[in-house]
Amino acid sequence: MKKLRFLATPYLVWMVVFIVVPLLMVAYFAFTDKNGQFTLENVANAGQYTNIFVRSIWLAIIATIVCLIIAYPLAFMLSRMKKHHQGTMLMIVMLPMWMNFLLRTRAWVTLLGNTGVINTLLGFIGLEPIKMLNTEGAVVLGMVYNYLPYMILPLYSVMVKIDQSVLEAADDLGCNYMTKLFRVIVPLSLPGITSGITMVFVPAISTFIISRMLGGGSNLLIGDLIEMQFLGNAYNPQLGAAISLVLMVIILLIMTIMNQFDPDDQVLM
Amino acid sequence: MMKKLGKIYIALVLMFLYIPIFVLIVFSFNESKSTVFTGFTLEWYAKLFRNDMIISSLINTILIAVAASILSTILGTLAAIGIHTMRKVPKAVVMNITNMPVINPEIVTGVSLMLLFVFFAARMNLEFGFWTLLIAHITFNVPYVILNVMPKLRQMDPNLFEAAQDLGCGPFTAFRKVILPEIMPGVLSGFLMSFTYSLDDFVISYFTCGPTSQTLPITIYSMVRRKVSPEINALSTIIFVVVVVVLIVKNIIENRKYKNTASGKADY
Repeated sequence: MKKLRFLATPYLVWMVVFIVVPLLMVAYFAFTDKNGQFTLENVANAGQYTNIFVRSIWLAIIATIVCLIIAYPLAFMLSRMKKHHQGTMLMIVMLPMWMNFLLRTRAWVTLLGNTGVINTLLGFIGLEPIKMLNTEGAVVLGMVYNYLPYMILPLYSVMVKIDQSVLEAADDLGCNYMTKLFRVIVPLSLPGITSGITMVFVPAISTFIISRMLGGGSNLLIGDLIEMQFLGNAYNPQLGAAISLVLMVIILLIMTIMNQFDPDDQVLM
Repeated sequence: MMKKLGKIYIALVLMFLYIPIFVLIVFSFNESKSTVFTGFTLEWYAKLFRNDMIISSLINTILIAVAASILSTILGTLAAIGIHTMRKVPKAVVMNITNMPVINPEIVTGVSLMLLFVFFAARMNLEFGFWTLLIAHITFNVPYVILNVMPKLRQMDPNLFEAAQDLGCGPFTAFRKVILPEIMPGVLSGFLMSFTYSLDDFVISYFTCGPTSQTLPITIYSMVRRKVSPEINALSTIIFVVVVVVLIVKNIIENRKYKNTASGKADY
């Protein structure tokens, strides 16, 4: 088949021009000023926004943990259902994902607003309205809502391979629920946990829509910061590139940590 | 007892997933713009269909998704075959770069392409528009095609291609009659993935679209930013219905296939 190696050539050219070069340009912009002179100022300026970086990492971690807690039992129950029910259930769980995510996020604005559905319902039973929209909690909720299926799917696909007889063996050998969970199910589903964590954490830390729609103006995340430098009033691609670079480094670090836990090195897909 | 708790748990998660969509659907028929239901109307649907911006961006979205998914399927399938025959180290390098758009946050891919396009646009007198969108969509789609086709190539017997040639096939015939049928499932799933990603992409399109060429998600974004626009609810309802219908049809087709294979007649 060696004769067919040339077939990759068009793609290799494409890859260099549209993947490698653009990323190099990000690096170039991050380390130069407006006149193209080398500078570390942009990276240093990105440091001014430490509070936004910390908030993004923190909210993304909370959202990832909440997703894991909600998805883990659900994925397990799905994987133990009858085979022909599994397909249908999985479709029902994934169906909301097929809706445009802006519309799904927008739905929460209707629900959480000060005069929104939930507060109107609270009013009927005589309770004071609660401020829910434009809070950090709303941003986390939006992340969990949008990315939960990204956690369910990898968990389910690993758990469905766990043989029922292994679980029965654990029962026969006298495991209680807790030991069965932590000594058998969790170790066997570890690849699903790690890939689920990356699949939720990466979009959650880099989002700019969820924070803008549900967080109001006061809960900016890294994504908002980058977007403002490129398309907003604060046009400053050099600073935007520097922040993007920092974001990539953070994600790379998290992925390396996740890889440590993963025996098969399959975090990506 | 455990079983009952399990069912309640599944029901709660499903409620969490579906209540927002349900609310959108109910309010798409609401007469007033507020969040109190005052009466039934189809006004928002009528307004939606009279909205030229939505119709033109819908057409644009479909054009881009079709063009991008076909081109990236061709590019990616050929690439996967070529990469498959590479030696270990260059293969690893190429695959690592191919993974970049998959691992990288979308915003970084979008921003990096925007920088490249700005550079070209300034020097070659080009404008952001259909072409920048198409290039961006192909760029984020090709990796998914390659990642879908590669496993099929690995499962294939490497001697088949040589055997076909020994038996008198030219390289092109051997490719068409031997390799292509073997990897077809991967090619198809790569194509479908590309198509759906293209239809749904917002972030990368947001950074690479021009003022003249907008996709539906971009238009939705500009509508969503205005706080109250019940047309959005009508649009959500229509999209939801389309998705449900498509998935049900897909499920029926798959079930039929499954029954055919189960009754002892496999499709090969």
